[in-house]
Amino acid sequence: MPSLETFLQSLVSGIMIGSVYGLMCIGLALIFGIMRVINFAQGEFLMLGMYAALFMIPAIASVMVGGSALMAILAALATAPLLYGLGYLLHAGMLRPLARVHAYAGEAKSQQAQFIITLGISIALQNACMVLFGSDVRSIRTPLSSTAWPLAIPFTEDGIIFLNQARAVTFVAGALFAAALHYLINATWLGKTLRATADNPLAATYMAIDIDRMHRIAFALGTAITGVAGALVALQYPFQPYVGLDFVIIMYTGVVLGGMGSIMGAFWGGMVIGIIQQCSTLILPIQLQNVAIFVVFIALLLIRPQGFFGRSAERA
Amino acid sequence: MFRDWKRDALLIVLFGLAYLAATLLISDSYYLLIATLIPIWALLALSWNILGGYMGFVSFGHAAFFGLGAYAVAMAEHHFGISPWFTIPGTAVLGAVAGVLIGYPTFRLQGHYFALAMLAYPLALLYIFEWMGYQEISIPMRREAPLAHMQFSDPRGYCVIAVALMLGAMLVSLVIERSRFGLALFAIRQDVRAAEAAGFDTRRWKMRAMAVSGMIAAVAGGLYVVIILVITPPSVFGLITSAQALILTLFGGAGTFWGPVIGAMTLVPAVELLHTHLGEILPGIQGVVLGLAIVAITLAAPGGIYWWARGRLGIRSTPLTLPAAVPAMPVGSGVATDSAAPILRVRGISKAFGGVHALRDADFDVLPNSILGIIGPNGAGKTTLFDVLNGFTKPDSGTVEYAGTVITGLRTNRIAAMGIGRTFQVARVFPEMTVAENVLTGAWSGATDVNEALARTVNALAFVNLTERAGAEAGALTNREVRLLEIARALAGRPRLLLLDETLAGLSRDDVTDVIAVVRRLPGAGITVVLIEHTMHAMLQTADRLLVLDHGKVLTTGLPNEVVKDPAVIEAYLGHKWMARHAEG
Repeated sequence: MPSLETFLQSLVSGIMIGSVYGLMCIGLALIFGIMRVINFAQGEFLMLGMYAALFMIPAIASVMVGGSALMAILAALATAPLLYGLGYLLHAGMLRPLARVHAYAGEAKSQQAQFIITLGISIALQNACMVLFGSDVRSIRTPLSSTAWPLAIPFTEDGIIFLNQARAVTFVAGALFAAALHYLINATWLGKTLRATADNPLAATYMAIDIDRMHRIAFALGTAITGVAGALVALQYPFQPYVGLDFVIIMYTGVVLGGMGSIMGAFWGGMVIGIIQQCSTLILPIQLQNVAIFVVFIALLLIRPQGFFGRSAERA
Repeated sequence: MFRDWKRDALLIVLFGLAYLAATLLISDSYYLLIATLIPIWALLALSWNILGGYMGFVSFGHAAFFGLGAYAVAMAEHHFGISPWFTIPGTAVLGAVAGVLIGYPTFRLQGHYFALAMLAYPLALLYIFEWMGYQEISIPMRREAPLAHMQFSDPRGYCVIAVALMLGAMLVSLVIERSRFGLALFAIRQDVRAAEAAGFDTRRWKMRAMAVSGMIAAVAGGLYVVIILVITPPSVFGLITSAQALILTLFGGAGTFWGPVIGAMTLVPAVELLHTHLGEILPGIQGVVLGLAIVAITLAAPGGIYWWARGRLGIRSTPLTLPAAVPAMPVGSGVATDSAAPILRVRGISKAFGGVHALRDADFDVLPNSILGIIGPNGAGKTTLFDVLNGFTKPDSGTVEYAGTVITGLRTNRIAAMGIGRTFQVARVFPEMTVAENVLTGAWSGATDVNEALARTVNALAFVNLTERAGAEAGALTNREVRLLEIARALAGRPRLLLLDETLAGLSRDDVTDVIAVVRRLPGAGITVVLIEHTMHAMLQTADRLLVLDHGKVLTTGLPNEVVKDPAVIEAYLGHKWMARHAEG
């Protein structure tokens, strides 16, 4: 049995990383929730965010002074418009024209085509980055990642856990971004139109909402959020162009767990996955921590065969 | 097989021979390697096509089978010196077993969710093999007995084996396409519930498809390692392997065995040559090309090269030819029915969805060789009742007894096989099939052989007067024809009881007369009918007895003229205010 100390250490690590997993899950859930398309290129958007941070942090540090925590958060913020632009272009250039090609093929077929096109985007992007940046494993070195705050465990004699500063920064930033999105979706006019589009696209059209534009915004926003999450993860996770694959299942599992359509549910789903992943190392070898997530994923699907996707019974 | 296959089988063999003849012209060993990799990737794509093309289940996980096959062959040779001559056939068994193990939980999902779940398997295996310490495994050279270990001095040896296996997979695909297997898969792709109602055990057909698919993919992996000699978990279990299966198929054309082969013959050489010539300066260029290829084809020619070219050349598939003369056969089951005892006894059926009680304690009998009409306002529970009767929905309580057997809890295809056919409120024909093929799906689930199935098809089409439309695509029919087609498909299963769910909905007055005439002839053919219908006028012309359902309860049953005068029925239909006003006036 693991001691209380190691258990709490894993739990805290899980919560720390869970916040940023939650953020990337929001990115996926936003795209799915509003467009009903599962975005396969999600891992690559994350990877692009990581590379963006790699180049952005030194650039920001060269023009201003401040603590490395501030630099990291600024870099993450700066990633957002870059990836928003990329998402916007991908939607306008590929996903939107596809809808026209499949206009008469029915919804299911058109969604399948979009799904497959995001697979193409995913493979093209990861390999394009291979061409651009090479296969070297990169990591972002800041003083944050090598320092930790010790925390005493209450009600124990000398129990102590360590809080890695990079993780703490990503936790706080992840939670802040998620809260900001929660506000955007639930308390702004844009959020309301997005939700209307998700609920019933046809009815939204009758209310003079431009569905295409809403889809484009949703896709771009989802891309940007995922990029920001990538920039934050990069502070503590070494990466290369194929790193996205390490995270796609985490994102899918988190989103399924949170309820496929729910955007804030996805955040909590991601949080739970972070905790499961970190705690799995207590009983499993570290190489298998992602296998633990696959097991959770498949088990979830088994226990709830209809998934957590809402409509389960089909009317004949 | 319900269609001629010999011509295509000959074409496949000729294609293989031509391919091998072409390799004789190649002397460069690098080009020979590419010529060997093409059929291997074609094998993997053919395997994907069975699931993704014929059955419409897109998988992102075929690397699981491919990698298992590769590792099995490599580990057996590496650790125990067992020759690939034995282990490659063994991988076929391994792939089939893996297919069943993976399929069992994963087929509970559909669409995107199936595709995503499939992604998890190869990735989990990738981590597991890395953790087991198989970062890299190689096949040792067997200089003492190279041939016994499938090691050839002339690389054409590998090529012959790869082409032979590819031809095998193409022939397997051909057999599937032209047989009951393919009909089941096409039906599942277009409408799973209609396939179940037509009598196909869809769960079993899905598992069979997955087993065959896994078998072919594992063999492809087993042969791959013999040629490549060294593999790593990412090289066989990686996403790019699964993606390649999908991309080659969709690029070449899904749903036909030529598609995967065309895809492999165009993309594999392009990718390999790019990698060799530009890989030094632009590592990953092959992935960029593969990714962009699928994006481009999805946008420009969504069906893939094969279907695009056929469309361009104006080639149409030959419609199914039905035999001109068939033995006369009753459309019904021909089982003598005791005319007094009810064919269906429904006792105490209740079903709630959340807080909504769709059915409450429904009790009634259906007398044989008659037409029972079920009427009731919207939401009265009519369709739910049919869903319970044909096994789509399990009731919360109560029993349904059909011809003396309790059928509650049985699966739809079993109930269909016992002789209960049904049609749907929103018609569910298979839109990409012809009229004759639609009816054949209903016929073949119960027929012993293809000739009997074709004979049933001809008779059912004649019964509903659709013989002339046999070659038309079901997606292009008029409303009346669609309704008749659904009846014909159900009749082809030779039912004793037919459940018709709003068969007259949306028809013009003339069409209604037409369809009613067909329905009226059914009891004479030994078929009992239960019909749901909204319009009282049509119902009075059709039904022998009426049953009124309201809020999930059986309000009354009886002869049509009595029922329509029943005050409780009038109230349910027209409301108590109407009753009150007319009572005064």
